[in-house]
Amino acid sequence: MVTRPEAGRAVAREAGRAVAREAGRAVAREVAERVTDPELPLLTLADLGILREVDTDGDGRVVVTVTPTYSGCPAMAAIRADLTASLRAAGFADVEVRTRLSPPWTTDWITEAGRRKLAEAGIAPPGPAPARAAGPVPLTLDPPRRRVRCPRCGSAETEELSRFGATACKALWRCRACAEPFEHVKEI
Amino acid sequence: MSHDNPYEALGGDGDARWAFGTGFTDPLAGVDTTAPAGVDGGDLAAYCLMLGDDALVMSHRLQEWCTRAPELEEEVALANIALDLLGQARLLLARAGQADGGGRSEDDLAFLRDAPDFRNVRLVEAANGDFARSMARLLVFAVWRLALLDRLAGSRDPVLAAVAAKGVKEVAYHRDYAAGWVVRLGDGTAYSRERMKEGLAAVWPLVAELFVPHEVELRLARAGVAVDPSQLRAEFDAVLDQVLDAARLTRPDAARPGEADAAQEGPADAAPAGAGGRDGRHGTELDEVLSVMQSVARALPGATW
Repeated sequence: MVTRPEAGRAVAREAGRAVAREAGRAVAREVAERVTDPELPLLTLADLGILREVDTDGDGRVVVTVTPTYSGCPAMAAIRADLTASLRAAGFADVEVRTRLSPPWTTDWITEAGRRKLAEAGIAPPGPAPARAAGPVPLTLDPPRRRVRCPRCGSAETEELSRFGATACKALWRCRACAEPFEHVKEI
Repeated sequence: MSHDNPYEALGGDGDARWAFGTGFTDPLAGVDTTAPAGVDGGDLAAYCLMLGDDALVMSHRLQEWCTRAPELEEEVALANIALDLLGQARLLLARAGQADGGGRSEDDLAFLRDAPDFRNVRLVEAANGDFARSMARLLVFAVWRLALLDRLAGSRDPVLAAVAAKGVKEVAYHRDYAAGWVVRLGDGTAYSRERMKEGLAAVWPLVAELFVPHEVELRLARAGVAVDPSQLRAEFDAVLDQVLDAARLTRPDAARPGEADAAQEGPADAAPAGAGGRDGRHGTELDEVLSVMQSVARALPGATW
């Protein structure tokens, strides 16, 4: 039978654990958010919007849940390794990185700060991801009508050179005003 | 931080991170891979292998264009498309390995199976041919796969649904890319048009197989898990015709209505209905793919890189 003082201590222990867990979660979240993307090191994982959850159990165990950007994005392995290394360095001995596939990542999850950093680095940030109407996915035969502003000179006189670029998430564009090519994070 | 050499600078805290592509981990880590109630694990594994092998072998054929593409931009585009498909293949093969309870990893399935154990449609194993033929094949593949994945996104199996929902976004880009080239070549010069027509005609005998359902597909479709490929034909034809109209081309069988044999002409090893890649019946072209794709894993069992 549990006596009152013992019950009180148990409650206090639980409360202490809850506080530690909350504090630990905040620290772990901050550490995880600061990890950068290996292919776009100017962006943190928070900027990129791939961090779904950071949870701790109060005993130094952290579970980070991430959503991959592209099915074959080779940076995912590096991101997982970086998350584990950063959290271990911050004192979390036991780190698990989980994948969450659904809902799929969209460039709409890139934060305002992320978009600003992209533009400052000469990479045109994505516009809104195409809204999906009912019925089959529409075919796009014509070059995109939406104008992407040149991140160097600001001109809207730009054209798409290739919808595929140096990484899965970027397309190659050219500015007709300043004649410079630039990368554009394509909407997905 | 200073480094003595570039390797050290790249490596950071260890060899595992010195280049992307090393230290691959389970692409389904932390994902609940329990099969939906009432669904046979063997069927689910077989179905994941079908869609996974389609993506894996198509990816390999596209990778063959690396260092051979007509322009750098096309090489980059084809490599990106191959990478997306490889990612889809990894998820699906990992799922197959877990669903059948056999404990095989994605690598075991990709690198240690022989051709008769592959379940891909024969369209994807065919040799690339010239650029026009490769674009014709990629268009056919992407139009078909997009229609398939779009429906599969509503699967009762949450993993298949998630892989499909992601794949829809990716394959939509692949389809637009291939469509753009088919239009550019078909509605281009007299010479490019001729090559495009030949490319389409060469691929066409492999199209019929895409819509022939396998019994596993039918069983799982009834269970709300898979897509019956025979349901995809109308959308496939509509989208393909939209591209071919813009390219001023016609479907190779459309010009000769009533000639049932028209679609059977072409390569001698065109798949007869009911005995195609889904049953493990492949041409020698798959052996060629596997002899390259599996060479390192077979020569150095258990090697990691």
